[in-house]
Amino acid sequence: MLVSAHIAVWGTSLLKLLAAMLLLIGFAMLAQRRLLTLIHLLAWQGFVLALGTALVALLTGQTELWYSAALSLGLKALLIPAVLHRLLRRLKVRGDVEAVINIPTTLLLGIVLVIFAFSLAAPISALTGTITRGMVGIALAAVLLSFLMMITRRKAISQVVGFLAMDNGLFFAATSATLGMPMIVELGVALDALIGFVILGIFFFQMRETFDSMDLSHLERIREE
Amino acid sequence: MAANLFQVLQTLLVLLLAPLFAGYLQNARALLQNRRPAGILQPYRDLLRLFHKESIIAEGTSWLFRATPYLLFAAMWLAAGIVPILATALPLAPAADVIALVGLFALARVFQVLAAMDTGTAFGTLGARREMLVAAMAEPALLAALFTASLLSHSTSLSSIVDHLESLRFALHPSMVFAAAAFFMVLLAENARIPVDNPATHLELTMIHEAMILEYSGRHLALVEWAAQIKLLLYVGIGIALFLPWGIAPAGDLAALPAAAFWLALKLLAAGAVLAVIETLLAKLRLFRAPEFMATAFLLGVIGLLSYFMLGA
Amino acid sequence: MMLILLVLACAFVGIPLLGLWGYGRPGGWIFVAVNGLTLLAILALAGQVAMTGGFTAGHEQFVVDDFSMLLVLVDGVVGFSTALFSRGYMVREAAHWQLSRGRMRLYHVMFQTFLFTMLLALLTNSMGILWVAMEGATLATVLLVSLFRTAEGLEAAWKYFILCGVGLAMALFGTILLYFAAQRILGSGSQALLWTHLDGVRGQLQPHVMAIAFVFVLVGYGTKVGLAPLHNWLPDAHASGPSSVSAVLSGLLLNVALYAVLRTKVLVDGAVGPDFAAHLLMGFGLLSLLVAAFSMLRQRDVKRLFAYSSVEHMGLATFAFGVGGSVASFAGILHMLSHSLTKSAVFFSVGQAVQTAGSREIQRIHGLLEHSPVLGWAMMLAILAILGMPPSGLFLSEFLIITSTMHAQAWATPLLLLGLGVAFAAIFPRLQGMVFGRSPWTHGGPAPVAMLPVFVQLALVGLLGVFIPVVLVQWMQHAAAFLS
Repeated sequence: MLVSAHIAVWGTSLLKLLAAMLLLIGFAMLAQRRLLTLIHLLAWQGFVLALGTALVALLTGQTELWYSAALSLGLKALLIPAVLHRLLRRLKVRGDVEAVINIPTTLLLGIVLVIFAFSLAAPISALTGTITRGMVGIALAAVLLSFLMMITRRKAISQVVGFLAMDNGLFFAATSATLGMPMIVELGVALDALIGFVILGIFFFQMRETFDSMDLSHLERIREE
Repeated sequence: MAANLFQVLQTLLVLLLAPLFAGYLQNARALLQNRRPAGILQPYRDLLRLFHKESIIAEGTSWLFRATPYLLFAAMWLAAGIVPILATALPLAPAADVIALVGLFALARVFQVLAAMDTGTAFGTLGARREMLVAAMAEPALLAALFTASLLSHSTSLSSIVDHLESLRFALHPSMVFAAAAFFMVLLAENARIPVDNPATHLELTMIHEAMILEYSGRHLALVEWAAQIKLLLYVGIGIALFLPWGIAPAGDLAALPAAAFWLALKLLAAGAVLAVIETLLAKLRLFRAPEFMATAFLLGVIGLLSYFMLGA
Repeated sequence: MMLILLVLACAFVGIPLLGLWGYGRPGGWIFVAVNGLTLLAILALAGQVAMTGGFTAGHEQFVVDDFSMLLVLVDGVVGFSTALFSRGYMVREAAHWQLSRGRMRLYHVMFQTFLFTMLLALLTNSMGILWVAMEGATLATVLLVSLFRTAEGLEAAWKYFILCGVGLAMALFGTILLYFAAQRILGSGSQALLWTHLDGVRGQLQPHVMAIAFVFVLVGYGTKVGLAPLHNWLPDAHASGPSSVSAVLSGLLLNVALYAVLRTKVLVDGAVGPDFAAHLLMGFGLLSLLVAAFSMLRQRDVKRLFAYSSVEHMGLATFAFGVGGSVASFAGILHMLSHSLTKSAVFFSVGQAVQTAGSREIQRIHGLLEHSPVLGWAMMLAILAILGMPPSGLFLSEFLIITSTMHAQAWATPLLLLGLGVAFAAIFPRLQGMVFGRSPWTHGGPAPVAMLPVFVQLALVGLLGVFIPVVLVQWMQHAAAFLS
């Protein structure tokens, strides 16, 4: 162990707090009506993720996790939200998110999902190391909450935010369950996320060109015949 | 014997301190908003004035209307003997755990709502319905926050919770952080503070608490107002007991009393300042957003509970 | 040992080449040349595997064994013939949709990227890289589906991206759990995700974690296989893109996704016991078969019709692997290979037919045989093959699947027959309408040489149905033994 016992105790409880924050941000995203705030929340989530990864790196002495934390910070907390922000302004998307289900109901559904995630992850958590115990459940819950967000939102951008939030949840799962995937896989995943993001950007402009709107209700023409 | 002394001391202290705390809060807000404060003793003067005035009973009301102010006051006074504000393990403390305490507050609310409906005026009914709208969500949120603390300390008695939490020293518990946030939101809602209600307005579009007590006057109004002030102090007291329990004296330990009083004063000053800042910074929510505010509080409470189960802290 | 890397290098080199010159006449030819070379490399690799058996390369990062060799082989064949088909087909499409040079370049680059990721997914030894390749394949095809920028294409691409993105996220979670289980035995680092290592210790992997991991992997990659109820993206994506894209989506992507599921299944069988994965595969397979068969009855769009047919066939193959046993698994592999060859042939001829008719509606396509005998015969033979008429390889595989089901899981036989019957009833009458009758068009049909890939592939399918080369039989038997 590289760090003193005192720091370890503090670090572990801080890590737990960060994990819980991740969950909280997941819920805040579900409750959020404004697109701009949604993007800010995404950035915060990325930041919390980076901080959490760095903390795990500090506590376990895994050097690879430092790279992962730096990657998260650069990509998920700074670059992607900034680009989304720019996109939002370039495309002049109007500010509100229209939800399919009203927000309190969505939040209650979210609680149900979290309980489901916790019970599913409980046996896995029991096997993880002491530092990250219980966090797989939170990561899975964050992933499921992002699914819920993607399902209940109409605007393309908010679905993308849900998609990226899901990615954050998965990264957190990798960090907490396995102390990070092998570096080459992690790089591959990050590369895919980046390419996917670029493709989405192109896609937004195509959509804009064709529909003059980012509302997905335009995308409901194909019906089962 | 000393424990009994503590009991009497705390009960009287809460009773007398409540208007002072309210006055401090008003003053702080006024200063923050660049208004001239009315002086920290203004609530005492108001109460005194009201006690000297004649009480007018609204026409067509039943005994319920007249009994409610006394009942409210009695309920709050009883609660003042239970919450460990100055000391834990008071002789009255075993009378009610946190759940019973929530029940006591609920009882007071039910009477207040019934009395408001009893007047048969549009405002009374309106206020009553709005109060229940907020309460319906606030109570589960409050319970969720309290359960988190109980789970952590394996007890529902406030005194043992305080004792246990005090023994933990400064450890960071995610579940307690969420519970604290939930509790704080409930505190704002239950005590008719901004952003859920504005204690200083009589606009029919927005008022909740004020609409319920419009028909009261004289000593009845004084009792209702006083009860509301005690309630606020009690909520702050519960909040301190749960989330900042350090420095509360065990009952009967006279030597610890000065320190306990000092810490209490300091914490109340800080809490008042925080409340004043929050109320200055936030705008009142539209009434239909109030359930969402409470839903958020409930959510926070539940996340607190869940993270206790998941993270074990 | 270098042949694996050679195959991948051939496919990879195509990406920058097409990025530079991927438009106009040279673009199409470069595309053909690259895939021709890749096919040659694959044949060489197959030769080596036939002589020495499977092996690993590049510090164990890449692997080829009997099972993946079969799929790589089909991959090479379908990739090459799609490139041939695409050359003429896309010239006409580009004229019709007025695609710019940039758009054509995008088409070729993305297409080649897709083909590369398919080969990478099959040849990598790491379950993590497998995931990365699958995700890369999705990303590459999103822009292909929306190539024409119609409202319909954009919707299909969006649905495809979101659904498959969610699916792949599930699969990644499953992979993380797999790594978690492996880490406890193999230690941290990339070797803990290498399939060859995992296979060695599969009996020691923590069963509970592996069970949860498999559920996530199955749902995740299952979305890409087109298993119901997450198959919704598939008909839209097939219908909206160019037919060459539909051909490789059905012919390659679905197979590779199923391959990923099966790789995981082998590990889970070792850890949990064979029943767990088998039941899930049978359930999802049967559900997909039935849902797709009944959906086909309602289709009026010819490409959607055959997209649903892909769901049906993948469901059947999944079911076969669920039934397990050497015969059913053998049939499942045969089914994957034959379906891949046949379905891409179907989409080649459907693509030509749609270009001729100027519409994807089945009602508007008729008299193909009179209009152009080559196209008419190609269409008829391809569709008969996909319906499982002898001597198609699909006949043999379906026959084997049904007989082994009767032995092992008798309850499922009526459902299986119902699904196949309904699918037959949905396609066969429409085949008559499209092929026979009077032709309303006067312009010329496609050149006979353009239909050559269809006939070559159908000949291969026929070969699989009548006389499978000994080497292939051995590979399939080994693969079946290792899957069950």
